[in-house]
Amino acid sequence: MSVDTASESLTAPVEVAHPRDEQIAFLLMTAALIVAPLIAYPFFLMQALCFALFACAFNLLVGYVGLLSFGHAMFLGAAGYFSAHIAKVWGWPPELAIITAAIGAGAIGIVTGALAIRRQGIYFSMITLALSQMIYFFCLQAPFTHGEDGIQAVPQGKMFGFINLSHQMTLYYVVLAIFLFGFLAIHRIINSPFGEILKAIRENEPRAISLGYKTDRYKLAAFVLSATLVGLAGATKAIVAQNASLTDVHWSMSGEVVLMTLVGGLGTIFGPVVGAFVIVAMQNYLAGFGQWVTVIQGVIFVACVLAFRRGIVGEIAHLFKRSL
Amino acid sequence: MIPLLGISTQALFGQLLLGLINGAFYALLSLGLAVIFGMLNIINFAHGALYMVGAFCAYFLLQLLGLNYWFALIISPLVVGLLGMIIERTMLQRLAGLDHLYGLLLTFGLALIIQGLFQNYFGSSGLPYAIPRELSGGQNLGFMFLPNYRGWVIIFSLIICLATWFMIEKTRLGAYLRAATENPALVRAFGINVPRMVTLTYGFGVALAALAGVLAAPINQVRPLMGADFIIVVFAVVVIGGMGSILGSIVTGFLLGLIEGLTKVFYPEASNTVIFVIMAIVLLVRPAGLFGRTA
Repeated sequence: MSVDTASESLTAPVEVAHPRDEQIAFLLMTAALIVAPLIAYPFFLMQALCFALFACAFNLLVGYVGLLSFGHAMFLGAAGYFSAHIAKVWGWPPELAIITAAIGAGAIGIVTGALAIRRQGIYFSMITLALSQMIYFFCLQAPFTHGEDGIQAVPQGKMFGFINLSHQMTLYYVVLAIFLFGFLAIHRIINSPFGEILKAIRENEPRAISLGYKTDRYKLAAFVLSATLVGLAGATKAIVAQNASLTDVHWSMSGEVVLMTLVGGLGTIFGPVVGAFVIVAMQNYLAGFGQWVTVIQGVIFVACVLAFRRGIVGEIAHLFKRSL
Repeated sequence: MIPLLGISTQALFGQLLLGLINGAFYALLSLGLAVIFGMLNIINFAHGALYMVGAFCAYFLLQLLGLNYWFALIISPLVVGLLGMIIERTMLQRLAGLDHLYGLLLTFGLALIIQGLFQNYFGSSGLPYAIPRELSGGQNLGFMFLPNYRGWVIIFSLIICLATWFMIEKTRLGAYLRAATENPALVRAFGINVPRMVTLTYGFGVALAALAGVLAAPINQVRPLMGADFIIVVFAVVVIGGMGSILGSIVTGFLLGLIEGLTKVFYPEASNTVIFVIMAIVLLVRPAGLFGRTA
């Protein structure tokens, strides 16, 4: 099989990074999210924030290492079950439930990642999809997940013993803090020397190998980091929604996070956040249209791939020749 | 009846037969995926959706036009093949020169559209499709009862698989096809219309999926989501077999169907996941797949 050297990669060519632009954009985003609950439903915003972190963590892998995972729902869903089970059955406080669940998702990431990175490209996508389907069947059959019913009525409890999460506005700012922590962690990872090597692997893996980097280790580390951060999103989501269900482990959820990232802009820092808000808002408004939502999502997929590959943030960044 | 390891031979052979039938579908679908991958370098995510369209096509032909199963077996793959060629010409062709993962994303979007549309009009429940009169009834083989239709599915799909293998490996057309897989630019220089061959290949690959859909219609009910979960298992089959060899896809398909059937007998809880577990083991031992070439 021939190797095409001229093929356009999944992400836009690296633009010159302007730290100041990113700082301004970050401050604008944070300010908007702080005042957002005054004009929008906090519950909707919290859902969107969880999905935004989910998409950012997914983007860490696809946008910066070039690995398109089609199974990231397994980390979101499994962490949701973990945190719901720990909070409800074991009665642990929410912060421990969330942290433990995120570590649990990371542990699943070690096993699945070690298997998936043995193949590249399209095979990687198929393997992650198949492994996540395996986790789905496990969640369907394992007794602690309660099958079709899921884990209901998860207590929100008091974080650190004094922050009452059943108060909605308090919960919102806790979720915002968790999102910002995850977002900044990803930003830090991307701009570290480690992140530079990840980008080198994305651009040209054989060359990175020839420079002496053990690329498999870097890919696995990125995979586990991504899985853990997705787990953080999933665990938080279960505490917010007070339930964990099969929806979050299903392959359609893996497709949704791809869509969010694609709409916002693959390989952009703010793209997944924008994409997540757009898609979650769309689902909210179109909830009454039943299966048409699936059709519309499919149409957006096709349109994005054919005509709008940079995504919303990617297009803006391209317009101003900046990296966002 | 002689029990074997506490399981009656009747149940054992019954499940093996079911496994073999599933294996036939795995083989037909993974064969189509492999043929498409060879030429287009994309994984056709819409394969499961087009398998479903094939089954629905048979249903419509019977309900609306009164055309029976035997007509459906010919018309349905032609219709879906044509649909596939339109998809290739209007959309997939525009992705030439881009990262191959875009092809995956595009066909995933198409699968969502197709499945969503059918779900809107037909819900999620199954529509019945009767076994053709000529193939009703069954044979008593002594150790088990073989329904005629199931025997037909196994034999017919085996014939189609082998015919495809023969066409690709032994004919002149197949030689062009294999050459174009290796080096499209060079084959074009010899005056062969490679873009048209790519279109026809995609059409042929999805026609195989539609054929599997028609074969499945009387066994599994005709449902909008009949291909959605099925295709993920087929992906695992493809990873296990590797897409390098046509014969490899066929053998792996039937083999994994049999293993799944055996698991249903001895450890039913794992029957949903056994293929994924095998995939994990194969990735550890032979990352390129059983019949794959190392990249």
